[in-house]
Amino acid sequence: MTPEPTTTLTDVDLPETPLTTPEVPAHESASEAAANGKNGRRLSLQDLKAFYGDNEAVHGINLEYNPNEVTAMIGPSGCGKSTVLRCINRMHEEIPGAYSTGKVLLDGLDVYASDVDLTAVRRAIGMVFQKPTPFPTLSIFDNVAAGLKLAGIKGVEASDRVEWALKGAGLWNEVKDRLNSPGIGLSGGQQQRLCIARTIAVEPELILMDEPCSALDPIATLRVEELIQELKEQFTIVIVTHNMQQAARVADRTAFFLLGDLVEVGPTESIFTNPTDSRTEEYVSGKFG
Amino acid sequence: MDTPVRRILTGVAALILVIIAFFLIRLYIEARPVFSAYGATHFVFDNAWLPSKNLYGAWPLIAGTLITSAIALIIGVPIAVAAALFVTELCPRPLRATLTILVDLLAAVPSVVYGLWAVFFLIPKIKPAEQWFSDTFSFLPFVGGQVAGPNYFIAGLLLATMIIPIVSAISREVLATVPQEHKEAALALGATRWEMIRLAVLPYSRAGISGAAMLGLGRALGETIAVTLVIGNSAHLGSTIFSQGYTLAAVIANEFGEAASNPVHRASLIAAGLVLFLLTLVVNFIARFYVTRAEKKMLGGAPVAEPVATGAAA
Amino acid sequence: MSAPTFNEAGLRGLPPVSPGRVRKDRIARTFIGALTLIALVPLVLVVFYLLKQGLGAWNGDFFTTDPTGRTCFPGQTTCSIGGVRSAILGTLEIVALASVIAIPFGTAVAVYLVEYGKQSKFANTVRYFVDVMTGVPSVAFGLFVYIVLVASGIGGSYAGWKGSVALALLMLPIVVRSSEVVLNLVPNQLRESALALGAPRWKVIWSVVLPTARSGLITGSLLAVARAAGETAPLLFTAFATNELVFGLGQPMNSLPLQIFNDVRTPQDAIVQRAWGAALFLVLLILILNLVARLAQRRSRLA
Repeated sequence: MTPEPTTTLTDVDLPETPLTTPEVPAHESASEAAANGKNGRRLSLQDLKAFYGDNEAVHGINLEYNPNEVTAMIGPSGCGKSTVLRCINRMHEEIPGAYSTGKVLLDGLDVYASDVDLTAVRRAIGMVFQKPTPFPTLSIFDNVAAGLKLAGIKGVEASDRVEWALKGAGLWNEVKDRLNSPGIGLSGGQQQRLCIARTIAVEPELILMDEPCSALDPIATLRVEELIQELKEQFTIVIVTHNMQQAARVADRTAFFLLGDLVEVGPTESIFTNPTDSRTEEYVSGKFG
Repeated sequence: MDTPVRRILTGVAALILVIIAFFLIRLYIEARPVFSAYGATHFVFDNAWLPSKNLYGAWPLIAGTLITSAIALIIGVPIAVAAALFVTELCPRPLRATLTILVDLLAAVPSVVYGLWAVFFLIPKIKPAEQWFSDTFSFLPFVGGQVAGPNYFIAGLLLATMIIPIVSAISREVLATVPQEHKEAALALGATRWEMIRLAVLPYSRAGISGAAMLGLGRALGETIAVTLVIGNSAHLGSTIFSQGYTLAAVIANEFGEAASNPVHRASLIAAGLVLFLLTLVVNFIARFYVTRAEKKMLGGAPVAEPVATGAAA
Repeated sequence: MSAPTFNEAGLRGLPPVSPGRVRKDRIARTFIGALTLIALVPLVLVVFYLLKQGLGAWNGDFFTTDPTGRTCFPGQTTCSIGGVRSAILGTLEIVALASVIAIPFGTAVAVYLVEYGKQSKFANTVRYFVDVMTGVPSVAFGLFVYIVLVASGIGGSYAGWKGSVALALLMLPIVVRSSEVVLNLVPNQLRESALALGAPRWKVIWSVVLPTARSGLITGSLLAVARAAGETAPLLFTAFATNELVFGLGQPMNSLPLQIFNDVRTPQDAIVQRAWGAALFLVLLILILNLVARLAQRRSRLA
């Protein structure tokens, strides 16, 4: 389950990340994480606003995501949680007329800085989508190797990484004998884990998940949720979910969104049992949504 | 009242089937004299079309039809698909509608006008380039020697222009059905635009684009007037792509007027029409198969075995 | 600004986007863009030559005389080869009759397919053969009409109306397919709520479905008309071509495409010039039909 040590951290000097949010007690600071051999990154949003044309869909969000934690974003449809997620890896701007303002800082580095290369951002921030999206003509192996191939990694190194990623995604034992058969031949749950393997194969700094289980059956959902727990040992994970039980099961912290605003964020348990805002309470107790 | 209306409309729809059946039967009956005189195989594969000597071997026409259509596909399909890709994936949004309309406008120009333009502009202007190509690359098969004014290549080039709008329009539709999520999945791995096209867009739309190309082929096979004006109308099978030639459609347009008095000549032209019809029928059948399959795949969503259940997630 | 930027610092496992990939991306995009431009080259050239050569032909009697004149000998100034009046009239009449046949027929078939036939075996068979018709080369329709109507001597020999029949066969599948698409866009709730009021199906179609789909139906029909107006091959041995001005569809008739076709094959400058003039007029006619069709589409309440 451990990444190959040779390929981790070609560490460039990262600036010391100041912990700007004292009101949110991080249960592990970045330096502590590094000391534990965990290398998830800290993500912070500063006054993030997102627009679709003239319509402001997200109104100035400030939010910290702790390293090596799973942070869930919940809220009713249209609350802006998916938009926030898509702003983090700059996928939001793929939609015609859409743009965003504010800062998205990954360990202090601004994803939106003017000289930043879009493809570098997206390479460094992995994303798993609602529906499984294996590339239709590629084999299982080639699907996982797709991102590596783009970066020019081939041969033994690539196959080692594919194996590592498939093991990491808990799929290795199911597919190791048919790596050359097509990726779309797998079941829905396997396809989604294949996509997760594809995402972690390139060793992203951060993994975004946009309702990753909404197209899966209960058993497949359970597998993916277990996987998320394992992955947070190495990665910082942000997950958007419609489903509060899922947030309760997988997330360390939970952020509740409503109508484009961040209503409340805190440890998952306290959000669900003892929310400070009445709107959060109404939502988590199922009064609307 | 409702049943009569239903019956009338059903009858009208049935009329279409009757017309097509009638069409095929009449064409076959009229062409039969030439089949019984020479045999269908001889008619199709004999390399001698000499109405003055009562020889009707349609091979030079069939070969000409296939050669010009092949040239049209080789030139036209890459351009048409590129135009579709550019409009759907690459060009700035405000340009999209304009470019789409411009490409579609290519289809608004009538075939006879393309022919007119080719005769007085394309043929004279392009001849030096053709001659240069013919001299420089004479080692290639079917290239070399003196370039004729009207020839297979010009016809193919003109046909390419004429199939671009349809191939491009269908390719656009096919490309538009590639799910946004698949494209984003490629981008999320850090793919550049071109890598995204290679990874997610083209594999997804391959079958549909093949279908579009086949529909274009169907058009190219049957195109008549423009080809008649630029192919040279020589029933002798040319030795290079820059030789004069003939196609099935052109021979009908060109000789039918004078054939009315000669029953065998007339029958063989109708037989040529029948062969052309069957050829386009087969090509269109394959094209429909591909396009329909592509559409079905899109509608069904990507995964083959997708157990959609939200049980725990609900 | 000495802080490392995201590009340099952000990646731990993999190198950032290599210059090679960026270059490849740029080359591929440029290539695709260039091919797109190439696709438009013929359009630009055709339009340019049409205007350059065609406008010159539009002099005094171009629209008011028939192409019955004779070629001028050098030095003669009062003679004329004539204009294209009979060709314009012929095209208008032949296409109008073809539309009168094909549009109601095609729309009726589409109504049957959408409202009654639906996914029945018979309806799908009809759909399939309509597709087959779309692929039939236009010259084959000409042959067919020649065999059935001209050679058999029904109503004389060549005639304008026989050309209309050939064009109608060509238009028919286009009208059926486009109308079917439009009728399918009419929301089912509209039909159901009218049926719930107790109206019989035919009445719902007549007073709810067709009016709702009207502008879409017009668009499809106009595009079919535009397509037919430019066709030459179906007219070759059906309407034939006479140079004289003919009003009745019962006789051989001239038409613009045939006039151009015959003029192109006559190697005399003045006659070729007339072909350019006629071509310009024909293309304008088709463009106007296309434009009106698109405007109708824009006004559509559906889609």
